[in-house]
Amino acid sequence: MSPRMSEYPQVLFKNRVPGETVLIDGYRTTGGYTALEKAFKELDPATIRDQVKRANLRGRGGAGFPTGIKWSFFPADQPGEKYLVCNCDEMEPGTYKDRELLKADPHQLIEGVIIAAFALQTPVAYIFIRYAFEDCAANLDRAVAEAAAAGYLGKNILGSGFDCEIHVHRSAGRYILGEETALLNGLEGKRPNPRSKPPFPAVRGLFGQPTTVNNVETLANVPHIINHGAEWFKGLARTLEGAGTKLFGLSGHLERTACFELPVGILLREVVEEVGGGVRGGRTFKACLPGGASTPYLTAAQLDTPLDFEPLEAVGSRFGTAGVTVFDDTTCMVAATLNLIRFFARESCGWCTPCRDGLPVVAWLLDKIEAGKATFDDIDMLKDQFRNISGRSFCALAEGAMGPVAGLLNHFEQELADHVIKGRCPLKKK
Amino acid sequence: MELLPENQQEFFRSKAAAIAHPRELVIDALRAVQSHHGWVPDEGVTLVAALLGILPIEVEEVATFYDKIFRRPVGKRVIHVCDSICCWTREGEAIFTYLQEKLGIAPGETTTDGVFTLLPTCCLGACGDAPAMMIGLTTYGPLTPQRIDEILAQVRAEVSA
Repeated sequence: MSPRMSEYPQVLFKNRVPGETVLIDGYRTTGGYTALEKAFKELDPATIRDQVKRANLRGRGGAGFPTGIKWSFFPADQPGEKYLVCNCDEMEPGTYKDRELLKADPHQLIEGVIIAAFALQTPVAYIFIRYAFEDCAANLDRAVAEAAAAGYLGKNILGSGFDCEIHVHRSAGRYILGEETALLNGLEGKRPNPRSKPPFPAVRGLFGQPTTVNNVETLANVPHIINHGAEWFKGLARTLEGAGTKLFGLSGHLERTACFELPVGILLREVVEEVGGGVRGGRTFKACLPGGASTPYLTAAQLDTPLDFEPLEAVGSRFGTAGVTVFDDTTCMVAATLNLIRFFARESCGWCTPCRDGLPVVAWLLDKIEAGKATFDDIDMLKDQFRNISGRSFCALAEGAMGPVAGLLNHFEQELADHVIKGRCPLKKK
Repeated sequence: MELLPENQQEFFRSKAAAIAHPRELVIDALRAVQSHHGWVPDEGVTLVAALLGILPIEVEEVATFYDKIFRRPVGKRVIHVCDSICCWTREGEAIFTYLQEKLGIAPGETTTDGVFTLLPTCCLGACGDAPAMMIGLTTYGPLTPQRIDEILAQVRAEVSA
């Protein structure tokens, strides 16, 4: 463990014991469900929404949209069918924080979902969970049953007159389901291509009714905000504009590849060198994906960037899901980008042309460059494809796929050129 | 082989009748057929459509979209090997090659004894334990050739038990 772990406040992982899952009794021992009791007995829905807004909680699923603002678009007071949907289709390569959270402490999500459902006045909530997370789905089934037995779910929760039921929906693969409108089609049992926006889900979502879609980690933060307040939450971050802690999934060429709860705004250098134990085998840091497969690379020159939304945008990348994948100096960035693009090309739903046809062309070009068979015309064509795919796809998938391509073109143009000049991958041995 | 036991069929029939949007059960029903029958043949698609009171094409367009719904026969256990970036940084390609050699099959094929089908998959969300694979619904990692030998032997024993 990093020598400095004790300096990092543990909120979402405070109950976490590797290899174990906290059940309802354990959860209550450390203050679990006190936020729910407070919310139902002392607060009204508008106050809860306001507190989340003031806490500046931003969505933890990758896009970083402020949760309180998203909730403010929701017609909470309008009568009729309305839904809350929790997105646990965590499938962006390098991202495994929601799984770690649900393996350790599933009641946090359940409590967050119930409070959010009360705040938004949605009597039905769905938790959409990916196929590969059966361990977490089983934890959620159990947590839902325990919460219902304790009177936190069902009819007239704690005498409030508010009813809430939670359905755990197990999916069957495909990255595109993480896109919120594709997810809604998936929940409805339709072919899960994304939907055109507007109308946004807050207006016409699940089954055509107002719907809010929030990520697992986002909702798990809600009970803590209710318990400790917006100012406390903002104070957890190291940046002035930031708020809260963040679950960082470390992977790639680090000594320690595990998931850690760290303050928002922590420097990339501290994450790499201290928390991650440095680059594996004493090698040198070359680049990283700071927030999942769709976020442009950062290089060693950017190691002192605070990991938060604005500072990462200022250096041309994104905070994304805070899945930090590190590459050492032996890594060919053309090959790494090829791997990423193949993922996006295979996971394209096929709905729009830039994504369905553009991504395979990008993969073909990168493959040709990596094999040493490309000319400078191919690099120009790669730039051309980048320009023509960016901003032209139906949903964010192809846009995200262009993230690593942008990083490659911005930071590793010489490495691209070397492949052409040498007629082989300059980083491959032999 | 039976597609789905009668009690489960009845479960889906009555649930579909009780809810406003029976189509939302399509993945549950397809997964139930697959869990019982191993994969989803054309008759499985027709059955799910009949149970939920929707058209076979409405089931088929969903079934063919998801990579974890098998519309062709597979072995008793499907091995999904992660080929995404984090596993790639940790010798995932060598692990995939080792599995192919060890099982004597290429990706998409099934071992002659019908036990294993080998498929690539996108990120399994096991990036801290790379390289990783999933057999059935269980995730394994970090993998080494030796660890793979142990896991395959254990799963084979479970299947033949």
